[in-house]
Amino acid sequence: MPVIRLCDVHKSFGRLDVLKGVDVDLRPGETTVVIGESGAGKSVILKHIVGLIRPDRGSVHFRGQRVDTIGEREWAKLRTRFGFLFQLGALFDSLTVGQNVAFPIVEHGTYSKGEIEKIVADKLRMVGLDGIQSKRPVELSGGQRKRVALARAIALDPEVVLYDEPTTGLDPVRADVINELILKLKRELRVTGIVVTHDLASARKVGDRIIMLHGGKFVFDGSPQALDRCRDERVRRFVEGRASQEDLRSLQNRGGS
Amino acid sequence: MSMVAGVGAKTVQAVLAFGRFWSFGGSMLMWSAADLPRYRAWRRVMPQFYEVGNRTLPVILVTGMFVGLVLAVQAYDQLLSARLEEHMGVLINLTLVKELGPVLAGVMLAGRIGGALTAELGTMNVTEQLDAYRVMGADPIRHLVVPRFLACLLLTTLLTFFCDLMGSVSGWFIAVIVKHVPNGPYWYRTAEAIEFWDVGVGLVKSFLFGGAIGTISCYKGFYCKPGAEGVGKACTESFVASFIVILIIDFFVATFAMGLYKALYGFKPLL
Repeated sequence: MPVIRLCDVHKSFGRLDVLKGVDVDLRPGETTVVIGESGAGKSVILKHIVGLIRPDRGSVHFRGQRVDTIGEREWAKLRTRFGFLFQLGALFDSLTVGQNVAFPIVEHGTYSKGEIEKIVADKLRMVGLDGIQSKRPVELSGGQRKRVALARAIALDPEVVLYDEPTTGLDPVRADVINELILKLKRELRVTGIVVTHDLASARKVGDRIIMLHGGKFVFDGSPQALDRCRDERVRRFVEGRASQEDLRSLQNRGGS
Repeated sequence: MSMVAGVGAKTVQAVLAFGRFWSFGGSMLMWSAADLPRYRAWRRVMPQFYEVGNRTLPVILVTGMFVGLVLAVQAYDQLLSARLEEHMGVLINLTLVKELGPVLAGVMLAGRIGGALTAELGTMNVTEQLDAYRVMGADPIRHLVVPRFLACLLLTTLLTFFCDLMGSVSGWFIAVIVKHVPNGPYWYRTAEAIEFWDVGVGLVKSFLFGGAIGTISCYKGFYCKPGAEGVGKACTESFVASFIVILIIDFFVATFAMGLYKALYGFKPLL
């Protein structure tokens, strides 16, 4: 049974149709990478999965249960089974690193202070940052912030981890550290991962399966090797980083006017 | 046809925003009531008490002081010409506790704290920190809005009390020390004219102003549009809306309190 299933999901914001009938099954233990141009609606898919956005039409299922119609209170319990790494980390500025990582544990667990400190240290060690518990998020570099955010995302040992642009804004070396961490989490915690990115090197490295979103629908679904063999013009253009004729024409028109 | 569609779209947006505001307010009140007896919730409120009280007290004291000074300076010549200078305390203190104290303290709070709350929550919104609370199964209204709302609600009354006190002392200083109005009659007339009712009405007003400032400021930050422009615009809207709501509440509470007083005790002449 798939962990997550999206059936014919449609979503519009104002007059902009972002998703036009998205169907996908995400299998347990697999890391699925969603690629696509900026603004294609990749992050919107992630937000549908954790109920931050509800579909206009269609349905979202988690382990066979339909979740797009459940209330906020039920979602609050269900979300403890998910971890979410935000694009900019979304660490709480007013809390220390330790308090950030401890937040979901304090909120949902009944642990003693000592136990919480131990779990926080374990999670930070897992991302290679133990010992910085008392620092504030503003004192960290971009890469460290993402790793702390990842430690927070896995604090409750989730079944599914969603990564929203995990390597965006990082240099290639730091980006590779994050990629290695995603692989490590999959290996050690056996989590189901969904990664949204337009970094193809990262997609090829961490993905068991790659799906490409274009024009509100999936236009490719296959292994990283199959992506390189795909002949679809939209996929080829994205993989090769080539602007469309339409984009080029619009640039020429603007240049001439 | 496009004009009709435009009006329709604006109406729908206004109705949705209205519903969203009341849903936000309802959720905030529900969590406030639920969290009041909980120790863990008060641990979130105490830092906000410090922020609201500590940041605003100096401004409030300065405001109260100058209101008292100006009232005394303006009133003295007029009352002296009618040989009513002993009544200066009545004019200064009654104006302070019933009207100027609560309203000016409310306006200062809306500017000083309301703007800061909107900017803080607005920034958290645009950096996805509010979504981070939600995906961790925590309600951001409970964790972020309720402590700020309670701090505004409870501390505005206390800050208004300090504003009144400072204004009263500075008014007395001008009247008695500078203008040599006799101290005994000054306080005797004041005590004769001002009742607990008057002080109570002022403090009830400030309590409501605090609630309005907390709700509006947090709501505007919570639902601000993306980007620096969105946060800036939300701060401006928050102050303007708080200011107008303060004036509206002031009018209705004053009218209601006056009617109730007349019904209970009859008309009270000040002179």
